[in-house]
Amino acid sequence: MTDVVASRRRRRRGVNPLEYLKRPWMWLTLLACFLFLYFPLVTLVAFSFNSYKRGFIWKGFSLKWYEKALNNQSLHEAFFNSMHVAAVSTVVSTALGAMLGLALYRYWFPWKGTYEGIAHLPIVIPEICMAVAMVTFFWAIGIELSLSTVIVSHIAFTIPFVAVVVRARMAGFDKSLEEASRDLGASEWQTFWYVTFPYMIPGLVAGALMAFVLSLDDFVITFFTAGVGDNTFPVKIYSMLRFSVTPEVNAASTILIAITLSLTLVAMIMQSRWTKGHKE
Amino acid sequence: MEDWRKNKRVFAVFMGPATFWLLVFFTIPVIVIWVYSFGERGPLGQTYLAFSFDNYLRAIEPIHLKILWKSIWIGGLSTFLCLIIGFPVALGIAFAPDRWKNPLLLVVVLPFFTNMLIRTFAWIVVLGARGIVNTGLGWMHGQLDWLFTLAGQPDLLGRFTPLGLLYNNYTVIVGLVYVHLPFLILPLYATLEKLDRSYLEASLDLGAGQWRTFFSVLAPLAMPGIVTGCMLVFILSMGNFLIPDRLGGTDSLMIGNLIAQEFIKARDWPFGAALSFVVMYPVFIFFAANAFRARYLERARAET
Repeated sequence: MTDVVASRRRRRRGVNPLEYLKRPWMWLTLLACFLFLYFPLVTLVAFSFNSYKRGFIWKGFSLKWYEKALNNQSLHEAFFNSMHVAAVSTVVSTALGAMLGLALYRYWFPWKGTYEGIAHLPIVIPEICMAVAMVTFFWAIGIELSLSTVIVSHIAFTIPFVAVVVRARMAGFDKSLEEASRDLGASEWQTFWYVTFPYMIPGLVAGALMAFVLSLDDFVITFFTAGVGDNTFPVKIYSMLRFSVTPEVNAASTILIAITLSLTLVAMIMQSRWTKGHKE
Repeated sequence: MEDWRKNKRVFAVFMGPATFWLLVFFTIPVIVIWVYSFGERGPLGQTYLAFSFDNYLRAIEPIHLKILWKSIWIGGLSTFLCLIIGFPVALGIAFAPDRWKNPLLLVVVLPFFTNMLIRTFAWIVVLGARGIVNTGLGWMHGQLDWLFTLAGQPDLLGRFTPLGLLYNNYTVIVGLVYVHLPFLILPLYATLEKLDRSYLEASLDLGAGQWRTFFSVLAPLAMPGIVTGCMLVFILSMGNFLIPDRLGGTDSLMIGNLIAQEFIKARDWPFGAALSFVVMYPVFIFFAANAFRARYLERARAET
C-alpha cells in the first residue's frame, strides 16, 4: 500500500521511477564507489611530489623523487626492457590476433565453440597458472629464460584480447560492401585491402593499444618467465617495494600510470570518434 | 557467416598463425603442467614423469586444504562485496542519460588500466603504519592530547600507536575488491543496458515497489551478467598472487601464493602443477558448461 502511495507521489513530482540517477542515494553510491576507486591512486600520486622522505606527512612540493627515479640506472634499464617487450609483443599479437578475430567473425567451422573456449582461456585463468605453465614449458624444452621468453608469453596472453576487440569491431560491418566490391570486379585481395581493412582499423588500433598496456603492466607472468636480472618496469617496482618504500617508488609508479592512462585515453577517444563518424 | 570450406586457403591463412601460437605457447604449456601434475619430485627438485595422484592427494591434506578453503572464502567474500558495490553502480550507469554513460564508464574503467602492482602499492600508501590514514589519526590524536593537556589531563591518551591496518585478511579482501570491481561492473552494465525496460515499467505500474521489482524482475533478468561477472571475479581473486603477497599477513597465504612458493622456493613443480590444476579444473568445467548451455539455447531457438 505504501508503495503505491510512494509511486504516486513520485509520479506527481514528475520523476521517472527508472531514472535511478535522479535519486540522491544513487548519486551517493556512485560517488562513494568512485572515491574508493580513486582515493588510493590519487594519494599515491600526490605523495610522489612530497619532499619528505619517511612516511606520508606532507612537507612541501618537490620534484626531487622524479629526478632520482629518472637518474636511477636500473630503473632506466627496466623501463627500456618494458618498452622493448611491449613493442615487440604488441606488433606480433596485433597481427595474429586481428587475423584470428576476423576469421572468427567471418567463418563457421566445426567445433568453433570449443575452439573459441580454448582460445579465450588466457583471459580467464588466473595469471599465476599461466605463468607456471610457461616456465615449466620453457624448462621442459630446454629454453633458457630471458626477455625473449617474456615476449613469447606476452604474445600468447594478448592475442585473445586483440581478437575479441577486432571481432567486436567487425560485428558492425556491413557485408553488402564486400559483396558490392566483388560484384564490381574486385579480387578477393582487393576487397580485403580496400573495403574490409579500412573498416577494421579502429579495432586494430584499440586492440594494439590494449595489448601494449597489458604487456607493459603485466607483473606475474613477467616475473616468472624473465631470466635472472631481466627486470621490466613492474618487476623493478616490485623489488623496490620489497626493500624500501621511499617516494621514489611513488614517482616511478606515477610515471607508469601516466603512460598507461594516456595511451588508454587516446585509444578510447579515437574509438568513440570513429564510431561517431560511422554513425553519421 | 561463411562456411570455412568455401575458401580453405584464406581460412587457413587467417586462422593459422594465431592458432599455431596459442597451441604451442599456451595449450601445450598447459598440457605440460597437466602431465607434470601426475609426476614425482626427485631428491634434487627434478621432476620425474609418473602416473600418480599423490600430488592431488597432497593438495587435499589438511594443511593445504586449509589454504584452499581460505582462498575460497576470501575469494567468495570479495566477490560478494564486489556484487554489492558493483550492482548499484552498474544500474546507475545503465539507466543514466545517454550522454552520461560513456564518461561514467570511463571513470570506472580507468583505474583498471593502471598496473595491478601499483594499485596494490597504493593501499600500502593509504593503510600502512606511516600511511595516510594512520598519519591522519596520529594528527587527531596529537590535537586531542593537546586539548586534554590544556584541560589538566596530560597523560590521558598516552602515546599514539599506529593501527595495524595492513597485513591481515581484511586488507587482502579490500585489495581484491578494489582490483576486481570493474570486472563485475562491466558485464553487469552490458546486461542491464540491453535489458527490456518495459518489464520493469510493467512491474512498477502493477503496483510492485522498487525492491520487489528489483528482486523479482530486475535481478532474474540480469542473472547472466551477474553469473559471468561473479565467476570472473571469483576465479581471479581466488587465484590472485600479488595482493595476498603484498597486503596479506603471515596467515593470509592463498592458493596463488602456495603455487608460487612451490615453483620458486620449494622447487616441487609437480605439486605446484597439481595445485594450479585444482584452481583450473573448476574454471574449465564452468566454461564448458557455459558453452554447452549456449549451444543448447541456440538449438532450442533454431527448432522453434
